[in-house]
Amino acid sequence: MYNFDYTKPTDLSAAVEALGTEGAVAMGGGQTLIPVLKQRLSAPSTLVDLSAIDSMKGIRRMGDMLVIGGGTTHGAVASSADVAAAIPGLTELAAKIGDPQVRNRGTIGGSLANNDPAACYPSAALALGATIETNQREIAADDFFQGLYTTALNEGEVITAVKFPIPTASTYQKFEQPASRFSLTSVFLAKMGDGSVRVGVTGAGADGVFRHAGLEQALSSDFSASAVDGVEVSADGMSNDLHATPAFRANLVKVMTKRAIAALS
Amino acid sequence: MSTISITVNGQQKSGTAQGNTLLVDFLRSELKMTGTHVGCDTSQCGACVVHVNGESVKSCTVFASACDGAEVTTIEGMANDDGTLGIVQQAFHEEHGLQCGFCTPGMVMSIADILRNNPQPTEAEIREGLKGNICRCTGYHNIVKAAQSAAATMAGARQAAE
Amino acid sequence: MAKDNGIGASVKRREDARFLKGRGRYTDDMNRPGQTYAYILRSWSAHATLNSVDTSAASAADGVVRVFTGKDIEEAGLGGVPCGWEITDKHGNPMKEPAHPILAIGKVRHVGDPIAVVVAESYQQARDAAELIEVDMTDLPAVVDMRTAETIGSAVHDEATDNLCYDWELGDGEATDKAFAEAAHVTTLEFINNRLVANPMEPRCALGDYDEDADHYTLYTTSQNPHVIRLLMGAFVLSIPEHKLRVYAPDVGGGFGTKIFHYAEEAFVTWASAQLKRPVKWTSDRSEAFISDAHGRDHVTKAELAMDAEGKFLALRADTRANMGAYLSTFAPCVPTWLHGTLLAGQYLTPAVHCRVRAMFTNTVPVDAYRGAGRPEATYLLERIINKAAQELGMDQAELRRKNFIRSFPYDTPVALQYDTGDYDATLDAVLEMADYKGFEARKAESAARGKLRGIGLSCYIEACGIAPSSLVGALGARAGLYEAATIRVNPTGSVTVMTGSHSHGQGHETSFAQVVSDALGIPEDQIEIVHGDTDKIPFGMGTYGSRSLAVGGSAIVKAVDKVVAKGKKIAAHLLEAAESDIIFEDGQYKVAGTDKAKAFAEVSLAAYVPHNYPIEEIEPGLEETAFYDPKNFTYPAGSYLCEVEVDPETGKVEIVALSASDDFGNVVNPMIVEGQVHGGLAQGIGQAMLENAAYDEHGQLVSGSYMDYAMPLASDLPSFNVETAEGTPCTHNPLGVKGCGEAGAIGSPPAVVNAVVDALRDYGIDHIDMPVTPLRVWTAIQEASVKQAAE
Repeated sequence: MYNFDYTKPTDLSAAVEALGTEGAVAMGGGQTLIPVLKQRLSAPSTLVDLSAIDSMKGIRRMGDMLVIGGGTTHGAVASSADVAAAIPGLTELAAKIGDPQVRNRGTIGGSLANNDPAACYPSAALALGATIETNQREIAADDFFQGLYTTALNEGEVITAVKFPIPTASTYQKFEQPASRFSLTSVFLAKMGDGSVRVGVTGAGADGVFRHAGLEQALSSDFSASAVDGVEVSADGMSNDLHATPAFRANLVKVMTKRAIAALS
Repeated sequence: MSTISITVNGQQKSGTAQGNTLLVDFLRSELKMTGTHVGCDTSQCGACVVHVNGESVKSCTVFASACDGAEVTTIEGMANDDGTLGIVQQAFHEEHGLQCGFCTPGMVMSIADILRNNPQPTEAEIREGLKGNICRCTGYHNIVKAAQSAAATMAGARQAAE
Repeated sequence: MAKDNGIGASVKRREDARFLKGRGRYTDDMNRPGQTYAYILRSWSAHATLNSVDTSAASAADGVVRVFTGKDIEEAGLGGVPCGWEITDKHGNPMKEPAHPILAIGKVRHVGDPIAVVVAESYQQARDAAELIEVDMTDLPAVVDMRTAETIGSAVHDEATDNLCYDWELGDGEATDKAFAEAAHVTTLEFINNRLVANPMEPRCALGDYDEDADHYTLYTTSQNPHVIRLLMGAFVLSIPEHKLRVYAPDVGGGFGTKIFHYAEEAFVTWASAQLKRPVKWTSDRSEAFISDAHGRDHVTKAELAMDAEGKFLALRADTRANMGAYLSTFAPCVPTWLHGTLLAGQYLTPAVHCRVRAMFTNTVPVDAYRGAGRPEATYLLERIINKAAQELGMDQAELRRKNFIRSFPYDTPVALQYDTGDYDATLDAVLEMADYKGFEARKAESAARGKLRGIGLSCYIEACGIAPSSLVGALGARAGLYEAATIRVNPTGSVTVMTGSHSHGQGHETSFAQVVSDALGIPEDQIEIVHGDTDKIPFGMGTYGSRSLAVGGSAIVKAVDKVVAKGKKIAAHLLEAAESDIIFEDGQYKVAGTDKAKAFAEVSLAAYVPHNYPIEEIEPGLEETAFYDPKNFTYPAGSYLCEVEVDPETGKVEIVALSASDDFGNVVNPMIVEGQVHGGLAQGIGQAMLENAAYDEHGQLVSGSYMDYAMPLASDLPSFNVETAEGTPCTHNPLGVKGCGEAGAIGSPPAVVNAVVDALRDYGIDHIDMPVTPLRVWTAIQEASVKQAAE
């Protein structure tokens, strides 16, 4: 990889200042960024390691919200009793990311900021209607994801926390890509307090993570597998690669949604 | 270049690193500790697994600079003080859990970590816990047995201590 | 009772401690004073004319020692990478054998073809500088698909405008045609045997070190056969005489075939170290390995099986295209021919077999031997078509096989082999019992209740190991002998150092070879040291591949031990004042038969080195013997594997719920090590069947060029295996009665897995799915079959 200056600030303001340097890049846990750097696909002048900023770590319950610091690792989320009590789907999701070593370093903020089309977290953020809190503002998840590896974040903007509304029920059904073990097509399903159902799909869309309106509508009125059968999930807009055709991905959206329903029944 | 100080296997070590120097390269090239291996460049094979401040990490996906001041345990630190094999190492030996030996350092470190977090894992939990480690020789059969055997030995030791 | 030492004992490995403590010595762990680092700029185009390579900016970059291109290689007059096997085609003509330069000259022929090498003070500097090299290339149409390679109108090599390396055949075509004409039933199967990447966990590495004062070269390399590398590189590429060249392959982190071959990087670092008068090290990263290590398999085949009304096999016909890739790797031409066509009788009495193989050049990475090499392809062909036949005939898959088993030995097959021994019923019976074949329907019903489709698949493989004798393989085109060598050095106080030409890269020879010698000499294993891997220490040997180490290398050790004992008897006879013919050697003692007079092994050894009281007129002092063993025939391990799967029809995901293996390896020296070899082979075979696929797009780009897309089997993909080694039928022609076990698992398991998956899907009318049987392929097959069924 190309060389760069490495800095590990211990507070947010220092991090933001460092990110003001021309060519600076922020790193959460580095579990996706470092492999990218190894391939020389990115050439930062300064790498700002956010992992020492304690204020960005931690999980806390705030009323009907669960707030997870942007620098919280997947491992911390997976093993948190607060998360398991509030949003069990998030526990499942975090426990299925990568492998134990990746979970020990990778962070929720890093995952969301990268918006890899096969990453797990974006589906939860969308399905739960999370709010992404940054050093500058709050962004609704529905406005945050803007296509492959693209988000609403400005340069120098850092995800400090993610606020998740607490659903009445949630689950994450992951279907792995056979090689990378990322998501081939996975579904995060949340049943909200108002009775609405939200379905976040990752790994499938050619433009990245998305909510499936048809499934949400059908399930909000009839929370059953047969309701899923009645929904047409189009293969249009699904990505195509060695591991899955658009048609297969469309099928998996339905199958994983049905499994989510079964898991919650 | 900056100077990095790490406690490796209980010993204070220091050396120089660039910003982009990975922990594994620091260990292998700077500290001449070649027990930790590199088997891929996509952070998947786990031949490089070490423990940093008690957590299992891929040393190919952590910068040396990020570990300045950290406690690092590598495969070279897994034997007993008298040089005999530690419990996990001994289990690998007894169960023929290694062939070419290249993935072995990472496997031993990962299994030590699995057992620390879950002293009595099921076979499925062991297999799931090894998701970040690739072995091309053993088909994992005897690695899983080694993990089970090490768990039993540790349980016996705990019982004896009580 | 289980033995705790010697032949037959599961002796724990002496190698383990160093690996477990992080003290293995792999090539990349070696560093030499003044070492430089090489980074190779590789072609990103599959096929292009190389117009110019401008290295001026790179040469001036920080830390760069020198930049080399094909022009330097040409000017130095270096030879190309040689091929070790020449196939004669069906017309009696030699195969096309185009040059394979160390660095590309004039053209690049696959993604990964080396264009230039930057040698610098550090790896980072070398890689940085490589970005400054300006390459001007003109793309040419890429030849990727073997099926259209002959007619595409673009030639990988000018010497072969139709991209055909050879068109070869084996067997009696006329008799085969006649049998087909008279057959009651013919089953046809067209399939692809998927291309694989061997992926030993240690990437290749080579370190060249030239000693100017001694005018001597050392190459440290990740090789399965250091002497083969010394011979090929020294004699054919660099013109370095053997006495000036040492090749040392220390601990090697897995090979699986891909570290047999002589690679351009080895020649480059050796040569460059002399040019620069500094050591030069090259270490592959994994991405580079995907486009520079020889790949495996990659056949496109049409097979036909002719049977009578009762299911007796009458004839088999196979027509295969085999991918050679862009250049001929060391043993590539022999893999789809003599290691594939000859195995097409399998375990069966098929009177007529005919096999045609067209080897094709394509703009892809060279393809060569990978665990099993040709034999997995043959086994897959046979064991898949037999299951398809059973499906068509409505017969039980085990019964159809049993009806056709060979039961009388020695047996001459219609494809040039003579099986010396075997008992195929025994391993089949064993595996059916181990896997509770009879209880399958109940388990299938239980799976169905959970919405899963359960299938069971059998595979009865045979393989040929320790290919030999040299006179035969020479006639078949090998440019080397295939014997093995061993030296037994008895030290004065009776300990023994064994120098073997076999190479251990995971097989545990240091342990199992010591068991063999311990039994033969009656001395404890800890008195025996096994030395391998260093051409300066070991006798000229051919190395380890093709499951040959114990059958050939072990036999050489036994032969050398015999010579030691024979000489020891002469010395003992003198010391014991007895006739040599009265001396017997047993339990580590030279005894005078029928008396209690004896001399211990160590006493005789000491006498040999301190020859005060010694028959010096008759024999020389010292006790060191070398033997070369050239086998009379191949060995024929065989076995039966049974795989049980559950298919999720909604997602196409296949789970292996059980895999049972019964193998006949003849005599077994170390059951623990043998079972470990089977486990590893099974995982690689399952990998081929379910996960692994080196896929190229139409432009010749390797789509699955990293672990992000090339699916390696993980612990979570596999079950624990049910492996039993049968009592066995000992090989009749080697002194140990052993057959070889390294490749069996990878040979026998792929068809068992695919047969199980197809069995699970039989109600859809599905009769074949190509490997790997990924969720996508299984689901797609179900969709297509459902549409077809609905239309009917």
